Amino acid sequence: MKLTGAEIIWECLQREGVDVVFGYPGGAILPTYDAMTKYPKIHHVLVRHEQGATHMADGYARASGKVGVAIATSGPGATNMVTGIATAMMDSSPIVCITGQVGSKAIGTDAFQETDVTGVTLPVTKHNYLVTKPGDIARAIREAFYIAKSGRPGPVLVDITKDAQQLTAEFDWEGAAPRLPGYRPSYHAPDSEFARAAELINSAKRPLILAGQGIIKSGTTAEVLKLAKTAGIPITTTLLGIGAIPASSELNLGMMGMHGEAWVNQAIQQADLLIALGMRFDDRVTGNLKTYAVNAKKIHVDIDPTEINKNVQVDVALIGDLREVLAVIQPQIKKADHAEWWSAIAVNRGDSAVRDIKNLPDSGHLYAAHVINDIWRLTQKRDTIVVTDVGQHQMWEAQYFHHDKPRSLITSGGLGTMGFALPAAIGAKFACPDKDVWVVVGDGGFQMTSCELATAEQEGIKVNVAIINNAFLGMVRQWQEFFYDKRYAATPMTGPDFVKLAEAYRLTGLRCNQRPDVKATVAKTLADKKTVVIDFVVEKEDTVFPMVPAGADLDKMIRRPKQDVLLESGSDKDWEMPSSTLPNVFVEKKAEAKALNDRRKPSPPGKRRTPAKA
Amino acid sequence: MAKHTLIAYVEDVPGVLNRVASLFRRRNFNIDSLTVGRTEQAGVSRITVVVDSTEAGARIVEANLYKLVNVLRVDDLTRKPSLFRELGLVKVKVTPQTRAEVLQLTDVFRARVVDVDEVSLVIEVTGTPEKIGKFEMVLRPYGIVEIVRTGAVAMARGHETLSSNPPLVHVTGGKAEHHDTSGLAMSV
Ligand SMILES: Cc1cc2nc3c(=O)[nH]c(=O)nc-3n(C[C@H](O)[C@H](O)[C@H](O)COP(=O)(O)OP(=O)(O)OC[C@H]3O[C@@H](n4cnc5c(N)ncnc54)[C@H](O)[C@@H]3O)c2cc1C
Ligand SMILES: Cc1ncc(C[n+]2csc(CCOP(=O)(O)OP(=O)(O)O)c2C)c(N)n1
Ligand SMILES: [Mg+2]
Repeated sequence: MKLTGAEIIWECLQREGVDVVFGYPGGAILPTYDAMTKYPKIHHVLVRHEQGATHMADGYARASGKVGVAIATSGPGATNMVTGIATAMMDSSPIVCITGQVGSKAIGTDAFQETDVTGVTLPVTKHNYLVTKPGDIARAIREAFYIAKSGRPGPVLVDITKDAQQLTAEFDWEGAAPRLPGYRPSYHAPDSEFARAAELINSAKRPLILAGQGIIKSGTTAEVLKLAKTAGIPITTTLLGIGAIPASSELNLGMMGMHGEAWVNQAIQQADLLIALGMRFDDRVTGNLKTYAVNAKKIHVDIDPTEINKNVQVDVALIGDLREVLAVIQPQIKKADHAEWWSAIAVNRGDSAVRDIKNLPDSGHLYAAHVINDIWRLTQKRDTIVVTDVGQHQMWEAQYFHHDKPRSLITSGGLGTMGFALPAAIGAKFACPDKDVWVVVGDGGFQMTSCELATAEQEGIKVNVAIINNAFLGMVRQWQEFFYDKRYAATPMTGPDFVKLAEAYRLTGLRCNQRPDVKATVAKTLADKKTVVIDFVVEKEDTVFPMVPAGADLDKMIRRPKQDVLLESGSDKDWEMPSSTLPNVFVEKKAEAKALNDRRKPSPPGKRRTPAKA
Repeated sequence: MAKHTLIAYVEDVPGVLNRVASLFRRRNFNIDSLTVGRTEQAGVSRITVVVDSTEAGARIVEANLYKLVNVLRVDDLTRKPSLFRELGLVKVKVTPQTRAEVLQLTDVFRARVVDVDEVSLVIEVTGTPEKIGKFEMVLRPYGIVEIVRTGAVAMARGHETLSSNPPLVHVTGGKAEHHDTSGLAMSV
């Protein structure tokens, strides 16, 4: 069958099972858009910015486990995708990006809208292709899908010249099967390693499972729970591992790391065995590596050999797919309950409940933690996916929204991409039209990609956008509060009237600025058929606790203040910096900054800290 | 730190050299030398990379090379009985007084003169990178006009076949001292 290159692209997408693509047209991809009209089974979502297309593909992939597809034109279209591709790369999300390229004869001439897209994206893709002949398109796309979803998933880009889209070639689907002699998606650890791992697990007194996103990727929630139950092992999750283990399971202690629960980080430091399942010991997870879990032996299960011994030296590495590894190891595990260990952890929990803002009565102030916890309580009976952006609200969501299902939290962890949430949520909604999709986003991040509200409107889909509006780039302000003597340089931030903005997009806008109104606001949001944008006007200078100061030992955290947190913007909170635990580099940096600062004339007191009007 | 010689067999497709070279930059390794050429097998090129690195660093490079889709096989020849060869061309100044001495040194190094004029000689020398370094050193007093070196190529001795699977990263001994991530958490 002779087809144009453009038609071959769509034929391949159809055969790969693609039902929706997110894209934006332009000259170099126009032949493909023209051919699209012949393939009505694939729905095209017109985005408002190509970054949005990649985040949508990413959100679609994370919600469904399938490959998400984004399309853009050459030059600026393709470079706009870079942030979304890097985001997908860091969090191992399977997406395929198709970009148009100038005609093959024009490559290298700085032709109109020519960019070396395979060059630009080389370090942020799992693999990429430049295709200059129509006959090569099918194989490139088939390989792209295969590479994107197999092994450790990731983004693959296929850059196709305009002439390759226009010219015809024989379309041979079978003949275009992937031929990748050098590609090794998975490995099988030797039996001896399994035996050593089982021995360590069976002899441990204080074992702890570190549950990562690999569990979600491999769909092994049940298997991990079985292992933990058999051997009485407590579980803690990474940010991206949230949902892999139900929050309601008594085996689940909560999140680890920089903003993880204090008792979890203490447990990590006290454990004699860490069993890392599909997590990569990110620096937000380990704190100071030199003092990280020095008492523990470590077993690392990961599909990617380059993750082993990258940050943390381990004793046993089981390189391979988590599903296979768990199947081999489970029968070798002896029953245990580790009652002593569990009660030690319970002691660590100690007074944490009274420090928890969640348990404080309504003080007339609206705290983000309350908003998020209330949304969770009010939507518990529904099937909900939450997509968060990056910042304080992201951490409060992780702490106060309790996820019981895999793929119910979608967030940019590794790259921490502001502007991710709204477009990723739109993608997630396309993957799971029957679920509620909530966006929890800061006033800063929302303004980065709020143009995608128009996409939601045009597509007639409903996502519920909860803007946690603190009139600050809150997370950065928090660092300034802790580490830069409250010099709020470039963090106070204004925004539009978000209610009017929503209305301008012909969507519903709501505002909520006190706790008793949260319930009605959520109810109204759920009842509305359209996308709803809620402006939750929260406390301006609220702080995410606990926090491991950058580079400090994992269990030396800035705890939540003990007394009621009654903030007015600008007021001091009574948190204590565990100064003795700060790494030297930080102390030096602070001294340096102070010296610099003291040379300057002090600005009038109070002035520089006044945040901008909401 | 020591010199590690890695051989990567790669699919001969456009951009593959860029992918390999880019990996070293991306993962913060310095390439000492890099050579590329065809092999006995059609469609397969052979890249010899010499990199200054710790043992742990070399393992990181090796594992990352295997992650490249176009890389078929990687071998670390550092600890294997192997042959290392490099070719150098040295253009050196000569006078009627020094010409004989330079020719004698050329003989000692089993190098050959490949071009002559009244004030200079071009000498071709092959051998291990160390030998070429030495040759350069002994000629320096005469005045080196120009020198070009190809970078090392290497081959294991004997008939042993090379591994076609990535090493399951060594888990015992050695600290991963290549990267220092201690300051990493310093950014929002
Ligand atoms: C503001 C901010 C604050 C943050 N604070 C925290 C924090 O306090 N705590 C925290 O945990 N994180 C935090 N993060 C996120 C952090 O940066 C990392 O993104 C996160 O810790 C990574 O989690 P992970 O290792 O589980 O997932 P990934 O980075 O996705 O790693 C998953 C690992 O699993 C492996 N894998 C994939 N599939 C399989 C399979 N089938 N079988 C076996 N292995 C597989 C992969 O190779 C990879 O190594 C924060 C991020 C931001 C932006
Ligand atoms: C694209 C991008 N730019 C900058 C940052 C650095 N950064 C991390 S959190 C943050 C503040 C986010 O502010 P906001 O969206 O209002 O959320 P909040 O922390 O106030 O909840 C910034 C600027 C980032 N993560 N991503
Ligand atoms: Mg904010």
